[in-house]
Amino acid sequence: MMTTDASTIGITHNQEVEHPDTVEMQALGFWLYLMSDLIIFATLFATFAVLGRNYAGGPTGKELFDLPYVLGETMLLLFSSVTYGLVMLAVHNGMKKWVLTGLAVTFLLGLGFVSMETNEFHGLITEGHGPDVSAFLSSYFTLVGTHGTHVTFGLIWMAVMIGQVAVKGLTSPVQSRLMRLSMFWHFLDIVWIGIFSIVYLMGVF
Amino acid sequence: MSQATIDSTGASRGSLKSYLIAFVLSLILTAIPFALVMSGAWSSSAILAGIFSAGIVQILVHLHYFLHLDASSAARWNVLALMFTLAIMVLFVGGTIWIMFNLYHRMM
Repeated sequence: MMTTDASTIGITHNQEVEHPDTVEMQALGFWLYLMSDLIIFATLFATFAVLGRNYAGGPTGKELFDLPYVLGETMLLLFSSVTYGLVMLAVHNGMKKWVLTGLAVTFLLGLGFVSMETNEFHGLITEGHGPDVSAFLSSYFTLVGTHGTHVTFGLIWMAVMIGQVAVKGLTSPVQSRLMRLSMFWHFLDIVWIGIFSIVYLMGVF
Repeated sequence: MSQATIDSTGASRGSLKSYLIAFVLSLILTAIPFALVMSGAWSSSAILAGIFSAGIVQILVHLHYFLHLDASSAARWNVLALMFTLAIMVLFVGGTIWIMFNLYHRMM
């Protein structure tokens, strides 16, 4: 009896099965977090809308922004959103190998985006167009930098999830976490649509 | 690997087809505003309208195909929370622009 009980407990523990309602609740809770994050971005967009044309004698968006470069960043983020969608399909079908491959591809695309943005910021600052030059550049660095920081944390989360999928397999807590990361990742792509439209495209004409 | 799969909002309710549709639509809706600005062929108010409409449509495409928001009961609370957040965003962004630009014109 004792050994049976122990092994039953052991199996239950290993399988790590969560109640479906818990997963729903966690997804909704995470969604509410994303909505509060959206408020943060809304305030930063409002700040940029007010200060975005105050150049203080410094350079304007038209002089600084390189649209083909921004289009490249946009494409990286869009591709990564699609590949993450495909990861969730693979999760649904229990294809662990494809989940790992898809996460790795998504991670590299996201890393490409962050590298391009870091390179862009580095270029601006070394040419003397840092956030201290004008209200326009302060609000620009705050808004775009906050988004980039979010993407960076998404990458850290994704690296952790690659490890969890590899070690634990596609258990239901791991699936639940992958689902919330997908919400986070798609959310960041949506915020980027606002950034490339309002900051970059409206900034150059 | 025989664990029950999780099915929820933001999860695996998409299909290969729906993700490809979202991808193609997003490509088009990104290409339109970039092309408008880079060519500079239109008047600035027309370009502005183009940027905003393409952006809003692309956000809706992402919400539908990537985050799986729709009128279903499973997504009801998510949609409700989003609506509430959008109302606050309109107050924040709209109110800020209204007050600050009003002030700006009075200072001229």
